[in-house]
Formats: sequence, C-alpha cells, structure tokens
Amino acid sequence: MTTQTAQAPPGADLDLQAEFDAKVAADQRVEPRDWMPEGYRKTLVRQVSQHAHSEIIGMQPEGDWIASAPSLRRKAILLAKVQDEAGHGLYLYAAAETLGVDRADLTQRLIEGRQKYSSIFNYPSLTFADVGVIGWLVDGAAICNQVPLCRSSFGPYARAMVRICKEESFHQRQGYELLMRMMEGTEDQRRMVQDSVDRWWWPSLMMFGPPDAESPNTQQSMAWRIKRDTNDDLRQKFVDMTVPQAEKLGVTLPDPELAWNGERGHYDFGEPDWTEFKQVISGAGPKNAERVERRRAAHEKGAWVREAATAYADKHSAKEAAA
Amino acid sequence: MSKDTGGSGSGAARPEWPLYEVFVRGKRGLNHVHVGSLHAPDDTMALHNARNLYTRRNEGVSIWVVRAEHIAASSPDEKDPFFAPSGDKVYRHPTFYPIPEDVPHI
Amino acid sequence: MSGDHIYSALSEEHGGDTRWAFGTGFTDALAGVDTTLPEGVDGQDLALYCQMLGDDALVQAQRLIHWVTDAPELEEEVALANIALDLLGQARLLLARAGQADGTGRDEDDFAYRRGPAEFRNVRLTEMPRGDFARAVVTLLVLSSARLAVFTRLADSRDPVLAAIAAKAVNELAYHREYALSWTLRLGDGTPYSHERTAVAVADVWPLTGELFATHPVEARVADQGVGVDPAATREEVHAVLTQVLTTARLDAPAPFPEAAVAGREGRHTAELAPLLDELQKVAREHPEATW
Repeated sequence: MTTQTAQAPPGADLDLQAEFDAKVAADQRVEPRDWMPEGYRKTLVRQVSQHAHSEIIGMQPEGDWIASAPSLRRKAILLAKVQDEAGHGLYLYAAAETLGVDRADLTQRLIEGRQKYSSIFNYPSLTFADVGVIGWLVDGAAICNQVPLCRSSFGPYARAMVRICKEESFHQRQGYELLMRMMEGTEDQRRMVQDSVDRWWWPSLMMFGPPDAESPNTQQSMAWRIKRDTNDDLRQKFVDMTVPQAEKLGVTLPDPELAWNGERGHYDFGEPDWTEFKQVISGAGPKNAERVERRRAAHEKGAWVREAATAYADKHSAKEAAA
Repeated sequence: MSKDTGGSGSGAARPEWPLYEVFVRGKRGLNHVHVGSLHAPDDTMALHNARNLYTRRNEGVSIWVVRAEHIAASSPDEKDPFFAPSGDKVYRHPTFYPIPEDVPHI
Repeated sequence: MSGDHIYSALSEEHGGDTRWAFGTGFTDALAGVDTTLPEGVDGQDLALYCQMLGDDALVQAQRLIHWVTDAPELEEEVALANIALDLLGQARLLLARAGQADGTGRDEDDFAYRRGPAEFRNVRLTEMPRGDFARAVVTLLVLSSARLAVFTRLADSRDPVLAAIAAKAVNELAYHREYALSWTLRLGDGTPYSHERTAVAVADVWPLTGELFATHPVEARVADQGVGVDPAATREEVHAVLTQVLTTARLDAPAPFPEAAVAGREGRHTAELAPLLDELQKVAREHPEATW
C-alpha cells in the first residue's frame, strides 16, 4: 500500500493546508494518504516510534521476573503481560510505517541508541514487588497518557491506541491486585512493596515529561491534536487518581509535600528531580546501556534466521512462478 | 539485498521481511475487518504471525493476510486532492438517512 | 480530557465488543467436569502420571520464556510466548490434578515450587539449555510431535479430567507443531548456513529422543487402566512425522529413535535441571510464608 503522502502541485499548498487544518479542527482523523504538513508527519514519526520503542524496552524490567515468578498464576499473568507489550510495540511500529518510515530502520535507530524511549525503563527492577508497582504506577501513568491519544488526529495511531488501552487496563489491575495480596501477606512483603513504591514514585511522575513551561512543542502538538492534554495536567490527573489508591493499599507515597488542596480541588505535590530526569533520558540512567544492548544482541544474533526465511521465501515463490 | 551472508551475524545486512495487511473476522456473521499490519517472510508465516499477534486473546476466527504492495487503493473518503471530493454525493453516506435515536443497534 | 475517570473515555467511545477482533474471555477447560476418580484407577499412579506430563510442560515452558526479549524478530517472541503460555496452562491443570489424585490436596504451586530435581518427572530433552534458534525449533518440533501423539490418545482417557485437559491441549499442540514445522522448513531449506545450523540441532537433539518412547512402569499401568497412554505406542507415528518434516526441509532422513532407558521419568536428570529449578523457585523459596 502506498504510504507516501500525496504530492501537491506548486501553489496548492495553501489549499491543502487549509483543508488539513479544517479537518483537524473538526476533530476528524487524518489518514495516511491525506496531505499533511511535513512537521506534523515528522513529529508523529518521532512520537509513535518512541512509543513503540518504549513498549519493546519496557518488556525487560518485568520480563526479568517471569522465570522466577513465585506462583504459576503470577508467571502466566506476567508472561501474558510482557507478550502484550511486544504486541503493542508491533501495533505501533505498524502505525509508524503508515507515515512512510520502515520498521527495520526504526529498529536500527533504537539499537544504535539514536532514538529515545520512555526513561522509566532505565531504572532497575530489584524485587518481585516491582512487578506489581510497575503495573500499578507505570502502567497507570501510561494509561493516563494514552487514553486521550485514542482521539489522536492521526487515524492509525488513534486506532492502535484504542486496542492498546483496552488491553492495558488488565495490566494495571494485575499490578494492583498483586500489591493487595502482598500487603495482606508477611511483614517482609509489606516492606518490599513500600520499598518499591519509594523507588518508582518519582520516575512515574517524570513519565509525563518536563513541566509545561519547558515543553516548547506542546502547543503545536496540541493544535495538531496529536497531544490532547499538557504534561502538567496529565501529571495532576495521575496524582489525583493514585493517592486514594495508595491509601487503600496502605502504602506511603514518598513526597512530604503531598496534601489535598481543597481550594484547587486537587492534590498538591512536590517537584520531581528534573536534573535526574535529564540525565536518565539522555542515556545516563542505571540501565540504559544494558537495555539497548540486549535488544541489539537479539537482533544481530537473529540475523541468520531472518535471512534464512527470506531465502526460503524467494526460492519457493520462484518455484511457484515457474510452475 | 544480500540473501546469504553466511550468518555473519552482521547487523549491516538487513533483508527486510515484507509488510502484510491483516484482516480478521471477529465472529461468524461479520465481515473481515482490517486490524493492522505486520512483517513476515512469506504468506504462511504471515498467517502465523497474524494469529499470534491479532487474535491472541481468542480462538476460532478467520484471518486474511495480503502483501501490502498488492493492495490497490483509491481514497475518495480520504479526500485525496487529486480526486474530486465525493462529499457532494451525500446519499452515499449513512448520515444522510436520519434515524430516530431510540432505534437500537444501527 | 473528558470524564472523571481515566477509563471513561474508553467505555464511552469504544464500548461494545463487536469492534474487537478478539474477545477477552477465557474458558475454563474443566468447567463442569467430574473430578472424582473413576473406578479401578490407582490415585497414586494417576498422580505420578500427571506429574510426568505436567513437568514436561512446565520445564519446557521455563526454557521457552527466555526467548521473550531474545528472539530473532518480535513476531517470534510473541509466538514463543504463546506456546509457553499454552504449556504453562497445561502444566497447571495437570499438577492440580496430581494433587487431587494422590489425596494430599497439594496445589499446582506445591508441585512446581516445593519439589527438588529428583522429584521432577520430566524427560531430559525438556531441560536442555535452549541453544540457538535452530535448536529451539527442532526441540519444539520433536516435543510437540511426541506430545501431540500422546494427548490425541489421552483425549479418550477414562479419567474425565485428563480427557478434558487433553482435548484442549490437542489444539494447542497441533499449533505448536505447525509453528515448529514451518520454521524447520525455512531454516533447513533457507541459506546454506541455516541448513547447517539445523542439521547440527537435529544431531544434538536426536540422542535425547529415545527417552520420549521409553515406558515407565507407571505409564504401563495407567495405560492398562485406560487412563493413560503408553508412549511406546506412538513411536512409529512420531518418527514418520519427523521424517517427513526433516526430509521436506532438505535435511537427512533421521536415524531411528535410539533405544533408551527411563531416566527423567524416575527423577534421574542431567546437571541442567537443578539450576533451571533454582531460577524457577528462587523467589518462592526466599519467602516461604508469603502469599502472592
């Protein structure tokens, strides 16, 4: 299928731009064969492919625990969840490809460290409680980010997000359910959960990106309706949603400034350490190198397998053509 | 595209598997619906991959896969600027036919 | 953003299952199945037999898990995870049945996490290190072909629970074999290099195949009682399948399965099993009082 955007004759740009703007303003979907501004296309390629990479790299922190999950039920749930993440990565790569990039190229960019992914996955998962906390906080934050994107102006991305969000609601629930079980367990288990919450809380808040004042592209992306809410709004929404869940669970969120503000009708909360955020996102996180290296090794080690399948397909299609 | 690098393991040679579009019949009585795409070396593996990727929460569906390059597409609904907009033929659009709100499942 | 709850946008705009290509419901293979032991069936034998079949699946799944994040393509990670999930599901049902049959009331986790290597009843081929992708494919081809032959017969078991487990598993195993077969053809008849790797994998795996068809006394007895299957009865059928696949893949016709004594089925394993179980049982053993 042709994935290029239609080429316009000179001078037609203004009309096309007006038509595109009207379509987006009316909350209609832009489809791959429609004309679109180059900036829109480029921004989307970056957004969608980083999202895809995040799903793929995000398999690792939890994937490390599949082999050691302490019950067969947890093992099956976790395996299904990590498998879903591979599936989500594939849906998203497919959406990115409708913008005229190819997946092999995106994979290459990931394993050469040329393209970013969500910084949260550069933190280590140290205990099995992290499986629950990642489900609860990290997937919870991801859902806050993603549900609005089901209304992204770009059709293929919006459709992929619908499917992904539907599947991910199970991810967050399984995480919270594991934590509830652990909190009902031994003293040791409760300590594990609290320790894990202490480590993942701030990185989860950072998942929404820098504060609005330092997020120069937000306005343009919102005008294009490929971002539907600002970083700070989403972060607030996440905090408001999570605090009562933490109380119910019986854990303490590690923020002394966290308090209900009746005037605003929201929780006040402290400022994440943005210096750390910048370090982690620029590749200095505790696990950056290891995460990317694992993907690179799998890809290169598997080259002969991909080549074999291609060679087989060539031989057999040639045979069919000759027959 | 190098088909046989002797398994050098080099990432440089990247024989890419072609892109397939996937259509799934969710239940009996429904049409096949486009659900997305994937890469596979050939038709058989494309069906495997489609089964594993797009129907992994259930069994008993029917799947079509087709090489993306074999799909011929016109895009009147997408208002391709090289085609006259079809918006004037309103009778083609379901919204042309007003339906009372209390009629279910339309 | 509309709505108070983050999920509201989903339920409002995307409710209704018809737009989904797949459902989210899972069926219980044992719903409505009578779990009382059929007459004339020895509970201890049945329990050991269930452990044999359950341990094969559990140990094989434990090896397959490591392909997730490490396969040649993401699509293969999804496929291998599916296969591991199927096997894990089979293991859980079989181990739970073992605990019912022997009257101890042990659950699936008691069997998975609180037995040592000498108590595991899996055949040795399942515990071998996973090797390269060709090795994984050939191992899966052999194990799924042998297991499919046994489970096809097991669907007629006099034990209604085993029969129900087998009836569900047969579809899964037929798919596993189909997947392994597809890849065997592509690797065997792909590049000279992949051909070579696959031939090496067959040569490595073959010496371990004999055990699959060696009959343990428990297997002989449950076969007599009409609840189990004597694996020796599947020997020729499985060999014919493998011969057909391997020769179509332009590999040499395989030698007959070697004659082998029962080993893994009586708890005699290679040195590979202990570390595999260490990893499997690590967290559960560190927190013996915990609930998950």
